[in-house]
Amino acid sequence: MPDLLTAHDLRVTYGRGRNANEVLKGVSVEIGQGETLGLVGESGSGKTTLGRAVLGLVPVAGGTLTFAGEDVTRLGARGRRRLARDIQVVFQDPYTSLNPSMTIRDILTEPLVAQGAKKKDAASTVRALLDQVAMPADALDRYSREFSGGQRQRIAIARALALDPKLIVCDEPVSALDLSTQLKVLDLFIELQQRTGVAYLFISHDLSVVRHVSHRVAVMYRGHIVETGPALQVTDDPQHPYTQRLWAANLVADPAEQANRRAVRQSLPPLDDDALAAAGAT
Amino acid sequence: MSADADITGRAIAAEPIVRRGVFRALLRNPLTAASLVVLALFAVIAIIQPWILPYPPNEVNLRLTNAAPFGSDYLLGGDNYGRDILSRLIASTRGAFQAAAVLSVVAVVIGTTAGLIAGYYGRVFDSVASWLFSAIMAVPAVIILISLYTLLGVSTTVAMAVFGFLVSPSMFWMVRTLTRNVRNELYVDAARVAGLPDRRIVGRHVLIAIRAPVILMIAGLAGAGIAVQAGLEFLGLGQAGVPSWGAMLTDAFGNIYVAPEQLIWPAVALGLVTSAFTLISIGVRDTLEGTYVKPSTRARRREIEALLGSAAAERTLGGTADAATATTATTSTSTSQPLLAIDGLRVAYESGGSLTTVVDDVSFRVEKGEVVGVVGESGSGKTQTVFATLGLLPEEAIVARGSIRLDGRELLGLPERDLLEIRGHRMAYVPQEPLSNLDPSFTVGSQLVHGIRAQSRATKKEARDLALAMLDRVGIADPLRVYRRYPHQISGGMAQRVLIAGAVACTPSLLLADEPTTALDVTIQAEVLDLLRDLQTETGMGVLIVTHNFGVVADLCDRVVVMRSGRIVEEGRVGDVFTRPQHEYTRMLLGSVLDNAAPREASARRKAAHA
Repeated sequence: MPDLLTAHDLRVTYGRGRNANEVLKGVSVEIGQGETLGLVGESGSGKTTLGRAVLGLVPVAGGTLTFAGEDVTRLGARGRRRLARDIQVVFQDPYTSLNPSMTIRDILTEPLVAQGAKKKDAASTVRALLDQVAMPADALDRYSREFSGGQRQRIAIARALALDPKLIVCDEPVSALDLSTQLKVLDLFIELQQRTGVAYLFISHDLSVVRHVSHRVAVMYRGHIVETGPALQVTDDPQHPYTQRLWAANLVADPAEQANRRAVRQSLPPLDDDALAAAGAT
Repeated sequence: MSADADITGRAIAAEPIVRRGVFRALLRNPLTAASLVVLALFAVIAIIQPWILPYPPNEVNLRLTNAAPFGSDYLLGGDNYGRDILSRLIASTRGAFQAAAVLSVVAVVIGTTAGLIAGYYGRVFDSVASWLFSAIMAVPAVIILISLYTLLGVSTTVAMAVFGFLVSPSMFWMVRTLTRNVRNELYVDAARVAGLPDRRIVGRHVLIAIRAPVILMIAGLAGAGIAVQAGLEFLGLGQAGVPSWGAMLTDAFGNIYVAPEQLIWPAVALGLVTSAFTLISIGVRDTLEGTYVKPSTRARRREIEALLGSAAAERTLGGTADAATATTATTSTSTSQPLLAIDGLRVAYESGGSLTTVVDDVSFRVEKGEVVGVVGESGSGKTQTVFATLGLLPEEAIVARGSIRLDGRELLGLPERDLLEIRGHRMAYVPQEPLSNLDPSFTVGSQLVHGIRAQSRATKKEARDLALAMLDRVGIADPLRVYRRYPHQISGGMAQRVLIAGAVACTPSLLLADEPTTALDVTIQAEVLDLLRDLQTETGMGVLIVTHNFGVVADLCDRVVVMRSGRIVEEGRVGDVFTRPQHEYTRMLLGSVLDNAAPREASARRKAAHA
């Protein structure tokens, strides 16, 4: 099966001239149809930037992005608007990703109307969307501030689903949520994928979150992908020294097991950044 | 699928945003409402003035020259040319409102349009526009206006339009800044991803977000416009034959020894209109920032005072009884006095006329040298409990009941001076957001030294040596370099080490940490937890750590307190709670921990095997 999205040697630079800062230093990943690629890394690793590059929110400096066989590296405004039907987003912060002065109905209708749907058709679609994310229909005429974090994130997911996309970029979608809500929202993501066949680029700093939703996992460190593989293998038996460190630093909610992990982590040799960069570049 | 478990009334009540019904909120502020009425009144007069004028404003009746008010045909008296003051006053309203309208429209159209484009697109337009508006700002507006009147003899309308252009930079800068902020909001990104054209994004998302501050500035500009126009006319620069408040002031001023009361009428009209505009802009600002608090009614205040009074009484009366229960409660764990004893703590907030309890009957102990974790979801009251212990609850908080004792000494109701002595010296605090807890305008070193000297009688040199030693102790490789840096020059993990260094510098017996690793990367989190564990072992201090993360509890704590909606649901030794959770809520939380959840791949494979 051909890949849905392929990034090849992708480079993104912020700033210009002397202040230029290369955030993606040649990143290559593939996402198949209906697949979840988990992207883990720490703050500043470039994982969010990769997501924004796929969404067309940051300009690409080098390399190529291919979506469904089409080169989408440098699309114009019109091409991007067309691609909006296929690539959507769920952001981390459900508090700022929903406009506080719009009703839920307006928020969900907006992308539909922008893509040329009739108001009347949009109205019934919107009701079906809320149902899909297990929100009551009477939420439509309320404002986002009337909802809890988990409910807001459900609304954001409904907005992403509105155009029936093939790929959703999920940028830390559960890290602002409480523990019990987090699991429910993750399970909603999985359920929706099984129902609609949408693919996810699932960005998170949390190894256990990524392990729960992903088929494959890519590990990012300082602008490089340092390890890619099946989710179980990367999260249970990491090969790269950085991933091993990440694994060992991941806290476990079990005092005995956590003591073991701590011992493993403290026995790991210190990271050699140059060696890591070299390993990542190859 | 069931609805979220986190739908609590509290989560919704805690929302500070009051955007809907800004207008209704404005009307609730009596000053703003009165100002709106005054302005409406003047506006109506300006419109209908041709029909309500008692006399033509320029009609001269020499018999009534300087006539006293309320005593002749002219209700407010006549001026020194024998014209009716009331008629002139009424006739002037149109000019004043016209001036305000022309000025604001010009300033808004130019400033807002340019500000929106510059803020939304940035790049070249932004640079050029910013430069141009800076240049306009440098032009001395009043001098230009005076020359326009004297050299070109322009009409008031043209002069006000020019003035609007000259003050448009203030509108431009505000709109540009606001637009840039909104531009970075995630919902604007989401709209772009949804394929909305730019004009729709600006129209639907940006304009709505910035409308209120723009209204605020229009009100300010309108008031200023009327004042400036009056000022210019007072200097004699207006159009002859057109009545205006400024010109009336000039006439009255020349006549001040004959009929000083003539100054009053135009001054009152001007004062009313300009202060109404100012009060409205203040009202809009207060409403938007949520700083306007409707004063509590007297009955309501008495009710709260009664509640507080009873709490205080309960504390003094029940002191001995509390101590007795405290000792019985702790006999199981320790016979000596606990380091920290919280008993029956209740914290409430008043909002919208009702009391919301955020901490409800919370009691637990921290023994000497013990690490206790308080774990719970948002709204569980865990942070409020820590802040109550530190005596750092916001002013609106009401500690309605309970007792907090450190080494047997009651902390609740202690004067601020004694609390200062205890905080930092006996107990120290490590916050969640390390970087926002360091002052950006001072170096790391000076903040540490300041803290140390506030708590001990150390000389500057001793404090500096101690600070450097502490930085070294918390694992900072090059203490002197970090000592000299400003907070923005160090990473979050480094900042947290600095704060821990500051917290333990004066060897507290109790360390309170509120989600100390939540804002950090996982590898840094592990290192900071290592550091806290080492410091605890070394100094034997008690630690109270608030967290939402069961991993942190498993890693660091001896005992755990599980909180939900302000109450304790379960408490016990870490090993017991993890292996045999008693309360259903604890079981649910532990069940939500993802380490135990099935990995995606495995479950998918299993499903495939079954099929």
